[in-house]
Amino acid sequence: MQHLTGTNDFVVRFANVNGTGSASANDLFSKAIFRMGIPVTAKNIFPSNIQGLPTWFEVRISEKGYLGRRDGIDIMVCVNPQSMAKDVKAVKSGGYFIYDSTKPLHKEYIREDLHYIGIPMTEICNQHFQDPRVRQLLKNIVYVGGLATLLEIEEAVLKGIIADQFKKKEKLIAPNFKALELGMQYVKDHYAYPLDLKVERRDLVGDKIVIDGNTACGLGAIYGGATVAAWYPITPSTSLVQAFEKYANKLRIDPETGRKNFAVVQAEDELAAIGMVIGAAWNGARAFTATSGPGVSLMNEFLGLAYFAEIPTVLVDVQRGGPSTGMPTRTQQSDITLAAYASHGDTKHVLLFPSNPKECFDLMADALDLADRLQTPIIVMTDLDLGMNDHLSPPFAWDENRKYDIGKVLSANDLEKMEVFGRYLDSDGDGIPYRTIPGTHPTKGSYFTRGTSRDEYAKYTEEGAPYVRNMQRLLKKWETAKTLVPKPEFYQTNNESPYGLIFFGTTTYAALEAMDMLEAEGMAMDAMRVLAFPFQESVREFIEQHEKIFVIEQNRDAQFRSLLISELEINPKQLIKILNYDGFPITADFIQKEILSKIEPVVIKNNGMVH
Amino acid sequence: MTYIKPKFRHPALSKNVLGYEKQDYEGAISTLCGGCGHDSISGAIVQACFELNIEPHRLAKLSGIGCSSKTPTYFLSNSHGFNSVHGRMPSVATGAILANRNLIYLGVSGDGDTASIGMGQFVHAIRRNLNMTYIVMNNGCYGLTKGQDSATTDIGSISKSGAANQLHPIDLVGMAIELGASFVARSFSGDRTQLIPLIKAALSHKGFAFIDVVSPCVTFNNNFGSTKSYDYVRAHVEATATVDYIPEKEEITVEYGAGKTANVELHDGSVIQLHKLSPDWNPLDRRSALRRLHNAQAKGEILTGLVYVNPQGQDLHDHLKTTEKPLNALREKELDPGQAALEAINAEHR
Repeated sequence: MQHLTGTNDFVVRFANVNGTGSASANDLFSKAIFRMGIPVTAKNIFPSNIQGLPTWFEVRISEKGYLGRRDGIDIMVCVNPQSMAKDVKAVKSGGYFIYDSTKPLHKEYIREDLHYIGIPMTEICNQHFQDPRVRQLLKNIVYVGGLATLLEIEEAVLKGIIADQFKKKEKLIAPNFKALELGMQYVKDHYAYPLDLKVERRDLVGDKIVIDGNTACGLGAIYGGATVAAWYPITPSTSLVQAFEKYANKLRIDPETGRKNFAVVQAEDELAAIGMVIGAAWNGARAFTATSGPGVSLMNEFLGLAYFAEIPTVLVDVQRGGPSTGMPTRTQQSDITLAAYASHGDTKHVLLFPSNPKECFDLMADALDLADRLQTPIIVMTDLDLGMNDHLSPPFAWDENRKYDIGKVLSANDLEKMEVFGRYLDSDGDGIPYRTIPGTHPTKGSYFTRGTSRDEYAKYTEEGAPYVRNMQRLLKKWETAKTLVPKPEFYQTNNESPYGLIFFGTTTYAALEAMDMLEAEGMAMDAMRVLAFPFQESVREFIEQHEKIFVIEQNRDAQFRSLLISELEINPKQLIKILNYDGFPITADFIQKEILSKIEPVVIKNNGMVH
Repeated sequence: MTYIKPKFRHPALSKNVLGYEKQDYEGAISTLCGGCGHDSISGAIVQACFELNIEPHRLAKLSGIGCSSKTPTYFLSNSHGFNSVHGRMPSVATGAILANRNLIYLGVSGDGDTASIGMGQFVHAIRRNLNMTYIVMNNGCYGLTKGQDSATTDIGSISKSGAANQLHPIDLVGMAIELGASFVARSFSGDRTQLIPLIKAALSHKGFAFIDVVSPCVTFNNNFGSTKSYDYVRAHVEATATVDYIPEKEEITVEYGAGKTANVELHDGSVIQLHKLSPDWNPLDRRSALRRLHNAQAKGEILTGLVYVNPQGQDLHDHLKTTEKPLNALREKELDPGQAALEAINAEHR
């Protein structure tokens, strides 16, 4: 039988039941790989449920540093009988199937082309541990021990992580060590080890960290100076505000009084959450909220108010599978159109697209500056994959000399020197007016904020001319935004291919890997990663310099492509859709296959090959 | 009719302690219908702020959408105002209050804005005991869209079109007490002598101060058969007690018969003096207040005056343990944890 072979280049999938404590064991596994200096990426595939349904954890180990999902599973660790039939089928031919052999495996689960490694996890735990809950939890550690022997994961590294994890509950260290050793020993006694698939210590991760995007955004909000967070719980954004609160409780306590230099309010719904952000920002505090697609739908009315009344508003949309409740625990990039044009009337909003935790941190802090500078909503577009999964990321850094850019806010002194204050006057020609914060000056600078049309002095009007002037000024501000938002990233010095790729956000990992695969086949392509909307001139230039552009995104309707077409007036035929929207993070194999099928349809037809 | 307010002021006009004239608390000329109850309430707000010696710029006025929500334009032009979206003023006010705990917040809403589209936000503003005054200008109809029934329209009340309302009304006063509001009152736009001291007491109260003001809509709901018409309200109004608001520094001079007067001291040291108390009602007791309200309802009376007050409540900032300094005044010095703290966080994630 064929054996899969390779060092530091394979995929392990764990099939568990949710609510059984498997997550920390699986984290232990992937963290051990990371601490052995090998690039690793983990995806938690979980149900919208608390206990009892199947959950998977997929770990990709890649010496080359590819961090996207990869098709095909080399090793399946299956401890969930519910999903076993599907899990057996999912393994690559020649791969390994590790299972709890306390009970014999049913015949229908036997595939001739797989290697089966049974470890009696339940039996081992029943023999050595008394407490039923502990038995349940340690079953997971037993299989990590088994994997350690099979794959040559360093025991000391595993034990170091366990010791760190239970620093405050030392009593738990010994039973965890024991379970790990029992798993290791069982494999040594019963199987040939190591496998031909194994890991080997490297020095490839440098000073990188492993963290999820939601935590990164929460920290970015702290460093960016946010003092008010209002939110409503919704997967996959919930952990973002929770991370903000957790770290704020450590980092934002007034040393003298012990009181909090921040406020977190769990609102009654998403409408109220963004209303609070708008109220706080109007009153001069830096504020943000985080939600997912359904929340953005609810926030539409308020986003229009913030756009039209020009109130700094920061919102993170951690996208999930839509429409409606959709696939609430699966990933997509399907709120692009919704976010870009949220609300009725002529509205458009600045969007930022981070692609890893470091960028989540940076762009979140930048969003707070941009919102104040531009006096408009800034929507940070992440997704479930980025927000809830751990990613290998460059470490966070903060320039201590950096000052918050609070934009055009008039002080009492400024007002004292002014003849007249016009809230919506474009005095600087950049479309951005000056604002005042309530309570600044006894007689100057007060004005009425409203969602209705008004003149330059904030006076209500239903006349056409001042309304049009105002809408035109908002467009001018939109042009100014192009000079302030992050520029696209290019992956070549000069454009050399007739083909170009455009991607953004979490699609980046797989897209970069697909570029390497295409290059290996002699088809190097140019590429551009977009970090922001509105699109700069350089985005148009990149498109114009290529015959065909592949726009890679994770939704059905090619929403990003539509945005390019409508905003830059691009000929739709020039932009080819590469779309993945099954709820799983896009893979390089998929991108390569799709691209090849679209540029060489004839070749594929003639030789019958499926790439 | 002129739309320009004369700047001329009579030299003999009295000023308040801060040196402001009453005109300094006024706003633009109202564009509501002549005789609208809301204009009387605006006038009472102006008078209350003038008498309370509030610095106009230290107050922020917020509203939703509707005739009532237009009124902040007609008072306190030296205050910042925010005419937000329909039914969502409470959330905007919540955010504003979080940002700066040191301003005075006055929310103005209507019965449609509060009892229908904004009901969800209204009840949660009460739960959080936001430190604000919340006035509902309650005319029992949707004035700005030409007189449809609202959720506070009484059963049997006849609209201008002649149809009698069939649905049970929402009593905002009873609901506010049930939900734990710490200051609950009802008044009538036509009763300035009651309304002004109530607004002053509400603005001085720490916590959520709610005043439901019955305010007839002269154009769409002032007809015979309407229970929110001037005539009907005047004929059925019943006060809990007369209300005097006495600032901290003033001596209490008026004395009433024993057992007929109650003094309620507010957080800032000012006093609400209630006299001609009915014997079966204690304004500091929620159950007693609700009983008083239900008794009046059973008799077909519109109960006005202060109904319930708890001067010792904890507001949202107390619950959140936020710092005394307004959050909007904090800058890098207080907010930036620095690179060393970030390095430690990086290390936690390796």
